[in-house]
Amino acid sequence: MTTFDVMFYVIAALTLFSASVMVFGRNIIYNAVGLLLAFVGVAGIYVMLGADFLAATQMLIYVGGILVLLLFGVMLSQRFSGAEMRTGTLRVWPAILVCAGIAAILVRVITSNPWNVATSAEMQPTVHNLGYLLMTDYLIPFEIVSVLLLAALVGAAFISRRREVQ
Amino acid sequence: MTPVGLSHFLILAAILFALGLIAVITKRNAVTVLMGVELIINAANINFIAFARYLDKDLDGQVFGIFTIIIAAAGAAVALAIVLNIYQQMQSVDLDEADSLAR
Repeated sequence: MTTFDVMFYVIAALTLFSASVMVFGRNIIYNAVGLLLAFVGVAGIYVMLGADFLAATQMLIYVGGILVLLLFGVMLSQRFSGAEMRTGTLRVWPAILVCAGIAAILVRVITSNPWNVATSAEMQPTVHNLGYLLMTDYLIPFEIVSVLLLAALVGAAFISRRREVQ
Repeated sequence: MTPVGLSHFLILAAILFALGLIAVITKRNAVTVLMGVELIINAANINFIAFARYLDKDLDGQVFGIFTIIIAAAGAAVALAIVLNIYQQMQSVDLDEADSLAR
């Protein structure tokens, strides 16, 4: 086993364990912390795949942005009196069975498919080429997604503002 | 034990996807359902990056990964706004109780 393999298994174990904490934990704050560690683990996976810019983006947007947003959602939608911080579950065992079946099918497909893997090139910094692609080949999607972000911002502010009581 | 390659990353993404699906199905709190959705989006993104690294040899997959992250951020913002609105209307974010269209 090379260092790469050991690193992969360590990061994968961290990611899956914290994702399990998020899925099976009862306390909603523990769920959020598990999700945070899972996002950090996914950023590590990106680093192992040679996607340095995406790893940094993952840390900034997911860990710094979306998770804080979710925690705000938790704080604003719970009553802090007593045991309201827990999240109930329902139909756990059928869900686990069905999802384990789906995962088993996916793993079977992945392992039985002869992937035409090219000999892996050495990893290079991607920031320069990514910026070039975003300004040339992907300029139209880039602009569309910026308009989408603006629309989502305005829409979220409009939906969540407090109505005046009539 | 084979050296870590494409299929290892794909299997990791498949397991993450299944975990996110369990959260979406079983959780009753709307915010934790959103967390499950974010987990599923991350699993899909790992697939994009892994294919870009091992099969494609150029950066198109990573560009798609960036777009996925942006759209996930927009979706999380709007979905949380909707959840907070439901909470103001019904004093609860339990999805089983949000079964009425009346105010």
